[in-house]
Amino acid sequence: MAELTLKKAEKKASTNNLRRKPRLGETIIQGLLFFCGFFSIFTTLGIVYELGKEALLFFQMPEVNLLATLTTTEWKPHIGKFGIWPLLNSTLMTTFIAMTIAIPLGMSVAVYLSEYAAPRVRNTLKPILEVLAGIPTIVYGYFALTFVTPILREIFGRDVVQIYNTASAGLVMGILILPLITSMTEDALSAVPRSLREAAYGMGATKLEVALQIVVPAALSGIAAAIIVGISRAIGETMIVAVAAGAGPNFTFNPFVGAETITGHIVRISGGDLSYDSIDYNSIFALGLFLFCVTLVLNIISQTIVRRFREVYE
Amino acid sequence: MATNNTLEPQYVLETRDLDIYYGSFKAVTGVNMKVERNKITAIIGPSGVGKSTLLRVFNRMNELYAGTSIKGQVMFDGEDIYARDVDPVEVRYRIGMVFQKPNPFPKSIYENIAWTARIHGYKGNMDELVENSLRQAALWDEVKDKLQQSGLSISGGQQQRLCIARAISIKPEVILMDEPASALDPIATLKIEELMQELKKNYTIVIVTHNMQQAARASDYTAMMMLSDRVLRSGTVIEFDDTKVIFTNPKDKRTEDYVTGRFG
Amino acid sequence: MKEKLVVQGFANNLKARNRTGVIWHVIFQASTAVGVIALIALLFNVSDGAFGYVAYEARVDPDTLSVAGVPVEDQSKEQLVSLLQSTLSSGAYNKLENEKPFGSRPREEVYQLVVERIIKPKVVEVWNLWPSLTQADEIRATVAKDHPKAELEFVSWLTSDFVTRPQTSEPLATGVRTAILGSLWTILFTILLAFPIGVGAAIYLEEYASENRLNRIIQTNINNLAGVPSIVYGILGLAIFVRALEPLTSGEMFGLVNLTSENGRTVLSAGLTLGLLVLPIIIINAQEAIRAVPRSLRNASFGVGATKWQTVWSHVLPTALPGILTGTILAISRAIGETAPLVVVGASTAISFDPSSPFSKFTTLPIQIYQWTSRPQDEFRSLAAASILVLLILLLSLNAFAILLRNRFSRRF
Repeated sequence: MAELTLKKAEKKASTNNLRRKPRLGETIIQGLLFFCGFFSIFTTLGIVYELGKEALLFFQMPEVNLLATLTTTEWKPHIGKFGIWPLLNSTLMTTFIAMTIAIPLGMSVAVYLSEYAAPRVRNTLKPILEVLAGIPTIVYGYFALTFVTPILREIFGRDVVQIYNTASAGLVMGILILPLITSMTEDALSAVPRSLREAAYGMGATKLEVALQIVVPAALSGIAAAIIVGISRAIGETMIVAVAAGAGPNFTFNPFVGAETITGHIVRISGGDLSYDSIDYNSIFALGLFLFCVTLVLNIISQTIVRRFREVYE
Repeated sequence: MATNNTLEPQYVLETRDLDIYYGSFKAVTGVNMKVERNKITAIIGPSGVGKSTLLRVFNRMNELYAGTSIKGQVMFDGEDIYARDVDPVEVRYRIGMVFQKPNPFPKSIYENIAWTARIHGYKGNMDELVENSLRQAALWDEVKDKLQQSGLSISGGQQQRLCIARAISIKPEVILMDEPASALDPIATLKIEELMQELKKNYTIVIVTHNMQQAARASDYTAMMMLSDRVLRSGTVIEFDDTKVIFTNPKDKRTEDYVTGRFG
Repeated sequence: MKEKLVVQGFANNLKARNRTGVIWHVIFQASTAVGVIALIALLFNVSDGAFGYVAYEARVDPDTLSVAGVPVEDQSKEQLVSLLQSTLSSGAYNKLENEKPFGSRPREEVYQLVVERIIKPKVVEVWNLWPSLTQADEIRATVAKDHPKAELEFVSWLTSDFVTRPQTSEPLATGVRTAILGSLWTILFTILLAFPIGVGAAIYLEEYASENRLNRIIQTNINNLAGVPSIVYGILGLAIFVRALEPLTSGEMFGLVNLTSENGRTVLSAGLTLGLLVLPIIIINAQEAIRAVPRSLRNASFGVGATKWQTVWSHVLPTALPGILTGTILAISRAIGETAPLVVVGASTAISFDPSSPFSKFTTLPIQIYQWTSRPQDEFRSLAAASILVLLILLLSLNAFAILLRNRFSRRF
């Protein structure tokens, strides 16, 4: 018995070395995990490199001129015209129409959920909003074409509203983006501390005055960020406009006629037979790069607003 | 006990058999107290006994949180403020509040007061109103050159005086103060106490404090709250009297234990 | 309440303020109602399109094809095969036999061929559900007058056959099986790519990464990638997986195919493209789930001398797993519904063969919906509506499963 304990003590003494042991397994795993973390950088590099490379090829082609692309208003590849404005204008129009729906409605719902609604109502409404956000955009596209467009044609007349039009797509896009605005705005409103609301109520303010004159102004940076993210989403949206907005570049300010957006154009061109290195193929990359840069800048602005102007409450 | 509904003129607030509930939990039991006009009434007692809950009943702040309710009556100038046709917004217009942690709006110093006056339809000279309120709160000299700066840019004590200026800008009859100095340093606390003595000339003040010396120094009447023997975990006012009496010759043994520091 | 003695300058405006308050309250509620109504309208619209009357004329009357009193839709496979053999030209019959021997085709498929090649029903007119229910008599009268030879039937475009039949160009005989299988195969590769890397990245960022510039860049980059439009991922996939990695994604590298007839527009490319798309979503959700694991659990593990990986593997991950899985399922939902990136990558338009390997051509359910929606004829709208219902039911089940998972396995601490 005594021998056993002696042996044990010896063993412990010899391994009682507190130095760091090299653990190969841990190191390998750590390396693998780091690779996983770094992987997403490859995605970004890939986007920048591939899109940039092909876009460069596009601008190097004899028919294409960067200045002309940015300033002319005809996109007719077969006769060598690559002015981006018809596509960009249509994108901006659908975005604008979408935001006129999504911002007021989205914010109203957020204020309602945050300041007015009883817990039971909130718990029913939030899942509904989540469902709205989760419906695939192709379904919204179908809805725009088969439900909204006929209604618009009824209201405004069949000769005024074409079958493919940007108004329809814009309205439905607004519904798509509404839940996004609502959830981000609601987060911003919730972050306003209770003590501020108590102060306002204590001064004899009504619920509306507290909500609109104290809470909303105190959450402004979050709300601005939400709006910018919504705009970014609208610019990048593809299927709704591909189905409902029209299949041909058209520089117009009339929302009731068809006009292809940047995203719709990309989808249409790549849906057909595409040979590598054709001018159409390269134009996809130029347009894609444009989209990537615009949405990236908007998202960065949104994050900066939140970081820099985050309200100080105490 | 008088059974008539009218209130003797020197009492601006009165509770009658007041019980306060959070859901089914009775937080405060059977309070009968009268608050005299233009005097400072303090509510003291150990932590968690329901002092703030009682205070907030007077301006119906409790109802902001679902599940709170009361039994009994709370009279203000002879009328039950919990009657069905009474608008809590109106109650809070006439009974103001200063909170434990200073909570100025994230607006300018000027706007903190101006906004409050504006929502109540003030159409007069706003500059004058702001200056008067700040003077009454003994803050004017310190901030008169920076009225456009944010209300959060001044010190804690100054913020609290700003909150007082804000509250009195709409000329309430009563000012409720929920431990107004507990987040402040001793010098700022002293300033607040001096201010209170000035304010009571024009306003009635009810103050909750866990600082006994403060209550003894500053108040005219004191309500002593303790957990009730009769209802589990429910607070009640066990003694209400002149402050001098409470602190030198209390009638209830528990009060005596508390104010002499033997307990609480 | 007795009115406050008017203090100089203050107005008595409580009534007006309350009135304004009520008006805005109604506005807020109405806005919420708009959202709910839009959802209801959408579901109604889709359902409306998926059921209703159809008037169709058959090239060959199916009744003439009955054998010994057995109508053609009930005939056995052998009878149907001999019918095809006798009716089609030998060239056409042999081509079918070479593509896939009749012996190995299920009966349903043979029947579908009979319908497609022999009966050839042609849709004359389609009505939605609402008009079909409310104007049944008028519809019958119109059909009797304008299309006397046509059959009028009240159909549900969404049937179990619809879900199990492969895609074909005949609207009345087509199905979404090809598309559903395409979606499933695609998602398989999406998960194979995105789940391990995503969870690995999340573990790295939450457990291992120290506070330095590189790691901040990695985190910001992930957040930015989550906001990139999905079509850009499609373009990226086109450039990298379809083109640059063509030998890999087309299967040429494995000696399986001949590059002259095949290319990189395969299920594998599609899956990998969507994998890149959902990767940021999985990472962000997994990070949240890992962050929610209380510090005390890790401390307990470290306290007994466990290494970091032992702690993560044995304690943190199991606890965070329900949250991670829920996030993954949400990412899958997103991927299943994506259309634009796969159109760019190159979904096939007329494909009727089930995908059989990673290197198969593909189509997916949303792409099928897109293609049918883009056709002008009404019958294709109905097909699109039926497919949308299939897609929505699929997504609903998936999300219900996620919620079940979350509720069942969330442990309290």
